[in-house]
Amino acid sequence: MTWREHRRNTIVTTFNLNGRAVSVHSPGDAPLLWVIRDELGLTGTKFGCGIGFCGACTVHVDGRATRSCITSVAAVAGTAVTTIEGLDDEGKHPLQTAWLELQVPQCGYCQPGQIMQAATLLKDYPNPTDRDINAVMAGNVCRCMTYIRIRKAIKLAAARMREGVSND
Amino acid sequence: MIRRTTIAIVGAAFVGLVAGLVLSWRASIAPIDRPAPESFSADSVAHGEALAAAGHCVSCHSRPGGEQFAGGYGVNTPFGIIFGTNITPEPSTGIGTWSLAAFARAMREGVARDGSHLFPAFPYYAYTKLSDGDIAALYAYLMTRRPVIMTTPANTVPFPLNIRALQEGWKIFFFESARYRRNPSKTDEWNRGAYLAEALSDCSGCHTPRNVLGAEKIRKAYSGALVDAWIAPALDAANPSPIPWTQDELFTYLRTGVTPLHGTTGATMTPVIREGLALPVVPDSDVRAIALYFSDLNHASQRAPTIEATLRQALATSSVGSGQEYDPDANLYAAACMACHYNAGPVPLSARPELALNSALTLSDPTNFIQVVLNGVSSHGGAPGLVMPAYASSLTDSEIARLGAYLRRTRTTRPAWTDLEKKVSAIRRQPAASR
Repeated sequence: MTWREHRRNTIVTTFNLNGRAVSVHSPGDAPLLWVIRDELGLTGTKFGCGIGFCGACTVHVDGRATRSCITSVAAVAGTAVTTIEGLDDEGKHPLQTAWLELQVPQCGYCQPGQIMQAATLLKDYPNPTDRDINAVMAGNVCRCMTYIRIRKAIKLAAARMREGVSND
Repeated sequence: MIRRTTIAIVGAAFVGLVAGLVLSWRASIAPIDRPAPESFSADSVAHGEALAAAGHCVSCHSRPGGEQFAGGYGVNTPFGIIFGTNITPEPSTGIGTWSLAAFARAMREGVARDGSHLFPAFPYYAYTKLSDGDIAALYAYLMTRRPVIMTTPANTVPFPLNIRALQEGWKIFFFESARYRRNPSKTDEWNRGAYLAEALSDCSGCHTPRNVLGAEKIRKAYSGALVDAWIAPALDAANPSPIPWTQDELFTYLRTGVTPLHGTTGATMTPVIREGLALPVVPDSDVRAIALYFSDLNHASQRAPTIEATLRQALATSSVGSGQEYDPDANLYAAACMACHYNAGPVPLSARPELALNSALTLSDPTNFIQVVLNGVSSHGGAPGLVMPAYASSLTDSEIARLGAYLRRTRTTRPAWTDLEKKVSAIRRQPAASR
């Protein structure tokens, strides 16, 4: 693609990323994941399957867990996007501290997506049952099989959030 | 003999043509200098602003991302694309030289200031029912907007349908210039709602099917229609939503674009709400009135006693597929959809549209389901704060068909959709809508 063609195919999309306004020049159908990783340089969000079936690329769009690999950048114009880097300023969201405490990750690749998905789960259901966790986390896969620890960590974080304690 | 017949036919055709031209002829109304904005009362302008919002004028009279009222949105009709015109008070490309009389004639008879006929993509057949005061208020509001120089793109309607004089024929068959007639057996609020729905918001423009000449089938009013490759569902008793549209539900939906019991708006309904009825300038009482009118039309009060049972039944299906499953369709659903669409109850969350309650699954045609799965919902395409990814690049036609069949089977009691995969493939090949 020539430079001229590239310019013609790109649009400016403005959104808020982790509390900061950003404007990106990219084709409107560019996946949000590419824009976040390659153009904006935040690599905490991972590429897994590329078809919205594994959850590794999960970010928040206006507070909702969203698969960024199949969401176009044009589709999030004007929204607030949060990645794992922006979930908490100091990386101390109750889910993150619970994750560390229970040593959830093994290889770690899927974990940013797991945590972002879990954050939406706790926002909707502050006291989730196993059934709630199974359903809402069903689309986030982990080939290291850390599911048991993920569930424990979600429950630990949920309990602390309900008490309003952040485990500093 | 042959010669005489020929002369007679040619003569009759000529007389017909002349008669047609005479019938279709409309005088030009003299241009005026743009009225000074101060000449309109503040009340009138404010009233016009509320009406223009409820009539969602900007959705056709602005390009996406363009200046408000400067025109340029392409309305897809079966006859070609017709572009919304510039209705800012700019003299050369807008309506700056239009007097109130010229504006009123356009609104009520579909004739431009220069005497040419307007196409009924502009719903003058609805606006003809507007009151004198409302027309004057709309005029006051539009004439006090910022003038924008913007030439409307040329329509793509082919010859001979693009001959504007022929619109006279359409009007003879399908158009009656008449003000709104009050239904004396109904309340004031109902009549206000009917007036707004029929004269201003033109709900039937999308929700009523049209005949081959593009006129609404009056006898099938509000029975649902295909618009821009989406289905605008029936608003009468045939409405497909499992939960009836009560006045409260419809009020919330029209005001915010989403309700927990019906889900989010989509497609061409979105600008009607987000650029129209959801704006604070539209009074609550007007939106409530429209909601009352349609709650009556879909017999919501008779169906209201079923709401609780329907809701319970729907939520009982919400986690189906989340356990250990041997059904590959359930696994597909759990992996792709459940993270967002699962609800724990007892009431669904509006940020988690409950599929068992969604008309996309209960409509007799799978079009809306297929559209939303393929294209998702962008930040400006549905309710504020809801974005759904587009699965066009990740799911094959057969996978989307399997998902549709699975959800229809497990979330509704309706008969299976037929030819699902073919329909997915056909919709996938359609060019994206202009919005």
